[in-house]
Amino acid sequence: MFLQDGGQGNSHKHWYDLFSRGTRDWLRHNEKVREAVREHLPEMIAKSDVLSKPENRTVQVPVKFLEHYRFTLRNSDEQSGAGQGKAKQGDTLRQGKPGQPGGQGEGGGDGEGAFQFVLEFKTDEILDWLWEELKLPNLQPKEGSNVDVDEYVREGWDKRGARSRLDRRRTMKEAIKRRTAIPDTPVPISNDDLRFRQLARKRQPTTNAVVIFLLDVSSSMDEHCRKLAKSFFFWALQGIRRQFSHIDTVFIAHSVEAFEFEEEEFFQVSGQGGTKSSTALELAEKILQERFDNSQYNSYLFYATDGENFSNDREQSSASLARLAPLLNFAGYAEVSHSNTRRLNTEVGRLWQQLADNGHPSGSYSLSNDNDIWPAIKAFFTDQAAQQQVDV
Amino acid sequence: MSDMSHSLAETIPRMEALAVEQGLKFFPVDFELVPPSFMMEVAVYGLPVRMPHWSFGLRWIYQMIQHRMGHSKIFEVVFPGNPNRAYLVNTNSLHENTLVVAHVLGHADFSRNNIAFARSQDEVGYHIVEQAASHAHRIEEVIKEFGEQRVEQVLDCALSLEPHIDTQQPFNRKEFPRKHVVEDKPAAEGFHARYADLPGEESAPSEPRVSNAPIPPKPEKDLLWFIAHYAPEMEEWERDIFLAVRKEAWYFQPVFNCQIMNEGWASYWHSRLLREADFLPSSMYVDCMKTHSDVVSPYAGDQQVALKLNPYHVGYVMWEKIIKEQGVESARRIMEQEDDFGFIRNHLSRELADDMKLFSFNAKRNGEIKVAENSLDALHENILAPKFNFGAPRVFVEELKNDGTLILRHESGIDGRGLEIERARKVLQYIAAVWKRPVKLLTLDGEDNEAWISSEAESS
Repeated sequence: MFLQDGGQGNSHKHWYDLFSRGTRDWLRHNEKVREAVREHLPEMIAKSDVLSKPENRTVQVPVKFLEHYRFTLRNSDEQSGAGQGKAKQGDTLRQGKPGQPGGQGEGGGDGEGAFQFVLEFKTDEILDWLWEELKLPNLQPKEGSNVDVDEYVREGWDKRGARSRLDRRRTMKEAIKRRTAIPDTPVPISNDDLRFRQLARKRQPTTNAVVIFLLDVSSSMDEHCRKLAKSFFFWALQGIRRQFSHIDTVFIAHSVEAFEFEEEEFFQVSGQGGTKSSTALELAEKILQERFDNSQYNSYLFYATDGENFSNDREQSSASLARLAPLLNFAGYAEVSHSNTRRLNTEVGRLWQQLADNGHPSGSYSLSNDNDIWPAIKAFFTDQAAQQQVDV
Repeated sequence: MSDMSHSLAETIPRMEALAVEQGLKFFPVDFELVPPSFMMEVAVYGLPVRMPHWSFGLRWIYQMIQHRMGHSKIFEVVFPGNPNRAYLVNTNSLHENTLVVAHVLGHADFSRNNIAFARSQDEVGYHIVEQAASHAHRIEEVIKEFGEQRVEQVLDCALSLEPHIDTQQPFNRKEFPRKHVVEDKPAAEGFHARYADLPGEESAPSEPRVSNAPIPPKPEKDLLWFIAHYAPEMEEWERDIFLAVRKEAWYFQPVFNCQIMNEGWASYWHSRLLREADFLPSSMYVDCMKTHSDVVSPYAGDQQVALKLNPYHVGYVMWEKIIKEQGVESARRIMEQEDDFGFIRNHLSRELADDMKLFSFNAKRNGEIKVAENSLDALHENILAPKFNFGAPRVFVEELKNDGTLILRHESGIDGRGLEIERARKVLQYIAAVWKRPVKLLTLDGEDNEAWISSEAESS
C-alpha cells in the first residue's frame, strides 16, 4: 500500500498548488479569441459598449468560445439513442418545437461553440489593430509644437540590475519555485532568484491637443442620431489620443443657442426647436482663442448634426467656419440621420464641402446605422493621416 | 497526517488483502489524496500531467461551470499501470473515499486482466503517467525553442486526430515498402504479340519488374502514424509530438472501449468488498451503501426517465446477474475477453433490458423525442453507436500522390452519412499546416452526393 496525502502535508507543497494548468490553457484560449476577434474589427467598433468616462479606456465585446475542430458526422434529421425508464413504444418523451423546424434541440447542437462570454479590450489595443489594418503611418502632430522627451518605462525583467530596481515579488516567486523543485536547498534566496526590472527608453511626444465636439441637440436629433454621434466621437477621440500626451476636450451643444457642457451631461442634453450652426461654431472659435494658445495646441473639431440648418443662418455659418478653420488642424463633420439618402447633400454638408474646396484639412462622414461607424472611423483616420503627410 | 489519511492508511491494506482473498488480481496501487481543483484538472486532461493546449482550457472552463452549477462530482480517477495510480479527493467524506478505495481495486483487477488493457499496456508500457509527463516536458521545451505558435499548430492537428489510430495494428509499425515487385509479365500486345507467335521463338525469360509501391498499399486508418512517417517536410520535434499524442490515444482507447464493463466491474466489486469488510464499522457500511446507490442510480435526481445511460448502472446490473447465474469464474473469463461491444451484444439479454427498462428512442431535429420499436438488436447498436471507432468517423488515407498531395477518404457508407463539411475543412487545414502540401478528402454532402473537401480555400 502506498498513500500520499497531497493536500494536508505541510512539510512540502505540491507542484500543483503553484499553478493551474486549466487556467493557463484557458488564458491561452482567450488570447486566441482576441486574435480571432481582431478579424472582426468593424463589428467590434460598432457594437462595443462605449464608455463615456475617458479614464475608463476599455470596451467590452461579447465573443464566442473557440472550437477545436475534429471530424464529425453531419447532423442527421433523426438520431437514435438508448434511454432508460418507464416508457413504451410510441411515447413522446419530448415535444418538438414547431417554431424551429431546423433548429437544434436543447443539449444538442454545437455544444461548446454555443457559449458566449465577454472579453474586455483596451481601446489602445483596438486602435493598434486599426492602425495596422489601415496601414496608417504614425501621425505627426503639428510642427513646431512637438518637443519629444525620453521617458523610461518598465519593461520585463532581468537577472542582473541595479539594486534599486530589484523586484521583490518576482524574486520571491522565483525562490519559491526553486525551493519547491529542489526541496533540500539550504539558501532561502539565491543569486539566481533575483529579478530586476528592466527599463526601456520610449520617446514620448509632449504635445498638447484640444478636441472640440459640437453636437446638434435640436429636436430632430433623437436617440438614434445621438448614439451614432457618440460612437463616432468616442473612436475619433481615441485615435487622436494616441498621439498626444495631453488632451483637452471641449463639449458644445447647440440648438438655436450654444452652450459648453461637461462630458457627463453632454449626451443627455436636449434642446428644443431649430438649428443654428453658427452659434456653435462661434462659441468654438471663442473658446479656442481664449483658452488654447494656437502655438501650443493642436486643435481638432468634430461636428455632429443631422445636416439641417436654418437657411437664413447659411451665410453666418459659412463666415464663422471660415474664421475658425485656420485655427484647426482638422475639422470633421459627422452627418447622423435615419437614412442615408441625402448623403451630405445638406446645409451643413455643403459648408464642409466649401471648406474642403478651400483646401482646409477636413473630412465629412455620413452615418445612418451601426454599419456606417466603421467606414466613417476608417475614413476619418485615413483622411487625417493623408492630411498629416501633406503637412510634414 | 490528517484524520482522513490516517483512517485510509488503516483501511487500504485491509481492503487490498480482502480483494486478494476474493480472487482479484492486480498490480499495486499508489493512492494519493489531492485537492478537488487538481482532481478537476486530471479529469479534464485525462492524465495528471499532460501537454498544454488551449482546447484543454476550454474543457476546463466547462467543467468549472458544471461544477459550480453542482452537476458534477468527481469521486476518483485511476490510471492503470504498474503501479496503478489512484487519486482521491481530500474534501470528499471518509466513507466516500473508503468506497472509492474498493472501487479502484476493482478497476485495478480489470486493467491487469482484461485483454484490451493488457495488450495496450504491453505495447505502450506500464508507466503512462510518467510518459505523459515527459511528453509534456518535451513540449514545453520545444515551445521555448520554436515558439508557442508553431508548436500549437502541430498540436492543433495532432490532438484533432487523436481518435484516428488503428489499434488492430501493432503499436510499433514498420514503414511500408517503398518498392515492390510486379510479378506478372505485362501482357504481350501489338507487334510483340505477333512476334511471340512466330514458331521457334522462345518467350524471353520474364524479369520481375520493380516499381514504386503505392503508399499506402491499402487504405490506412492510423492518421497520426501515417502523417508522422510520411509528411513530406516534417521536423523531428513535430513527429515526436504526433507520436506522443498517438501513444496517449493508444492508452486511452481501452478505457473508452470498456467503459461500461469496467465501471460495472469496479462497482460490483466495491459493493461486494464493502459487504465483506468486517473491519469497517457498521455505520460506515451504511453510509458507503448510500453513496453506492447514488453512483449506480440510473436516473439523475428524481427524474423517472433518462435519455443517457449511466454506465455504472448498466455495467453493475449486468455483472451482478452474470455472477449470480454463472459464478465468479466465468464472469472473470468474460471480463478478460470482452470489450463493451462483445459485452453488450453477448450479455445484455432481453430479460436484463426489460428489467432495467431500457429502450431505444428517436430524436428529431426539431427536438421531438419518441420511444422507438422495442428491438434488442437496435438497443444494442444504439448503446454502442457512440463508441465505434473511438467515437470518430472513419477517415482513411487513400493515397499519397506524387506531388505530395494527401488524399483522405471518409467511409460514409459504413458511417451512414457524410461529414460535417465546414468542420472537416478546418481539420484539413490543421493537417495541411503540418503536411505542407494540399490535403483533400472525399465524403458525402447533404444530398448524399460525393463531395471533395480541400484544405485550400474553395473546393469544387
